[in-house]
Amino acid sequence: MTALGKLFRTTTFKLTLVYLTVFALFAAFLLAYFALNTRRLIDEQITETVNAEITGLAEQYRQGGLRRLVIVIDTRARRPSSSLYLLTTFNGQPLAGNVTALQPGILDKPGWTETIYRRLDESESAQHAEHRALVRVFQLPGGFRLLVGRDLEERERLYRIVLAAGRWSVAIVLVLGLAGGLLVSRRVLRRVDAMTETTRTIMEGDLGGRLPVAGTGDEIDRLAENLNQMLERIESLMRGLKEVSDNIAHDLKTPLTRLRNRAEQALRVAKNDDEYRAALEATIDESDELITTFNALLMIARAESGQARDDMKDFDAAEIVQDIAELYEPLGEEKGITLKVEAATPTPAKGNRELVSQAVGNLIDNAIKYAEPCTEPAGGAPAEIVVSATEAGDRVLITVADRGPGIPPEDRARVVERFVRLEQSRSQPGSGLGLSLAAAVARLHGGELMLEDNAPGLKCIIALPRGGPVQSAA
Amino acid sequence: MRILVIEDDSAAADYLVKAFREVGHVADSATDGEDGLALAQDGQYDVLIVDRMLPKRDGLSVIGALRDQGVETPALILSALGQVDDRVKGLRAGGDDYLPKPYSFSELLARVEVLARRRGGRNEETVLHVGDLQLDRLSHQVRRGAEEISLQPREFRLLEYLMKHAGQVVTRTMLLENVWDYHFDPQTNVIDVHISRLRSKIDKGFAQPLLHTVRGAGYMIRDGAR
Repeated sequence: MTALGKLFRTTTFKLTLVYLTVFALFAAFLLAYFALNTRRLIDEQITETVNAEITGLAEQYRQGGLRRLVIVIDTRARRPSSSLYLLTTFNGQPLAGNVTALQPGILDKPGWTETIYRRLDESESAQHAEHRALVRVFQLPGGFRLLVGRDLEERERLYRIVLAAGRWSVAIVLVLGLAGGLLVSRRVLRRVDAMTETTRTIMEGDLGGRLPVAGTGDEIDRLAENLNQMLERIESLMRGLKEVSDNIAHDLKTPLTRLRNRAEQALRVAKNDDEYRAALEATIDESDELITTFNALLMIARAESGQARDDMKDFDAAEIVQDIAELYEPLGEEKGITLKVEAATPTPAKGNRELVSQAVGNLIDNAIKYAEPCTEPAGGAPAEIVVSATEAGDRVLITVADRGPGIPPEDRARVVERFVRLEQSRSQPGSGLGLSLAAAVARLHGGELMLEDNAPGLKCIIALPRGGPVQSAA
Repeated sequence: MRILVIEDDSAAADYLVKAFREVGHVADSATDGEDGLALAQDGQYDVLIVDRMLPKRDGLSVIGALRDQGVETPALILSALGQVDDRVKGLRAGGDDYLPKPYSFSELLARVEVLARRRGGRNEETVLHVGDLQLDRLSHQVRRGAEEISLQPREFRLLEYLMKHAGQVVTRTMLLENVWDYHFDPQTNVIDVHISRLRSKIDKGFAQPLLHTVRGAGYMIRDGAR
């Protein structure tokens, strides 16, 4: 398709054409209406004056006879004006007036006619020898014929002017309209072309591409912005998917290999039932761990894909905090850590109770795991984990604050990723999915997981919008 | 106890049938929904184990059809779909328990035994006894012999659940589901810690321990003297 053909095919251009046609027709209609009306008006005026004049002249004839009439007509005919007079005898012999070279037979029909004529004072060879006139022929008593009329030059000129104006305006409308249409179409086309170009590169695999936004805030911009948001989401989903597959490859294959090695080794080395039993039990333990990891991964994937959104109900965040803290409290006590709950007032929120509970559980579990009882503050107070549920504006904050080693600021974004475990934590049991799950749950609810410095220690905050996730950012 | 396993993976079904027979139960299997429904309609089984995804007729519809016909045999649903809403759907369809795959046999066995027992008559006595341990569900009083034991509300519910199923193995997940109403894996041994706390309150200082750990399965409360 040629560039011009493409231009002609744009919606904008087609619209321009439609508008243009409508506008040109309208202009033509307006001018035609104007021209016809003017013509009628002029005709009416002529008729009126001519009638009056004939009445006047007939009166002169009645009072003063032919002689007086001839004098009056002569006087009037000499005045330079568009008025035309002719008085003839019965057989057409002119007696007075300023008209000659009438169409033959005009004088035989009394009444209104349009005719061509020549003024008496004009030479035959003059350029505009022939004029048009609207005349009325009147039969005077005694067989004389009186012709009174008006030159139509003025009317014709007006008519021509209007006609010319009409032609010009239609031409100008067409030219300007077409040019404008082409210009606008080209502008729109260029932007759409740019968008098409970008989408093509995106389809070819460059998910980082974004549609150009002109910044004019018009409908194309709004479309581009929305599409960009969609691309953002797709990119993050794709990234998540890639991460998951990478992680599955890496972190599930490792324990699977270990599992296989153990079974192989048992077959090779074990000598008696007890040794087989021990190897099998270890295998089962290992596979249980694998299942746990796998479940957590599935849960995160589910939370991130937004599937669990159907399951949102009203719940009390304070109750969850109390319940989960109570569930983990003996675990902390075993390590000499006090779990302090600050969630006395009901804190209503909307979401998936099970997932939020699990996220809070993971955070408390982490806090207990990493808050070493030996790192008691100098005051001798026991290591303490504070779990709280509070309202902050339109958000509900569930906070788990410990006095453990904390996470250095530069690592905070990273630890939320799947399977990321800081060097210091490698010795601890765990899948490395706890924080990822908490973050995924927060995102599912339209909130976020924030990691802050508890000076010393770590403060994990799950911030949830009180009314549940906003379905669409309209 | 007679158990019917409706499971399309024949290796898994064979394994279950064999395992149930080993622990002294009678077990049959069906490999698709239609066969399973036909076998279960007699009502001669004590428990049904139904895989959710079956050829010809899916597990939920098998259970639904049975319930429509008035067959109230307790059914445990096995499914690869382990999320909370899947579970809710399964239980709503008439299932009595829900176990996501992969599961351990000990977990399945414990749940099946609880289901079968439940059928034998609801355990609604207000005072539960195990040996000289006594729990009053109305006054929330717990005594061992002459001594009164004071328990936290959650410990009370834990003990109540164990005593309701006295003599039966109760797994950690069953406790988490029934005492705490959570269906996720807490990833740590939280339940063990709660149990050991409870144990120190009811068994400490008594010659005869009542709360036993069943290796590889869970816990059981029983009168050791019996």
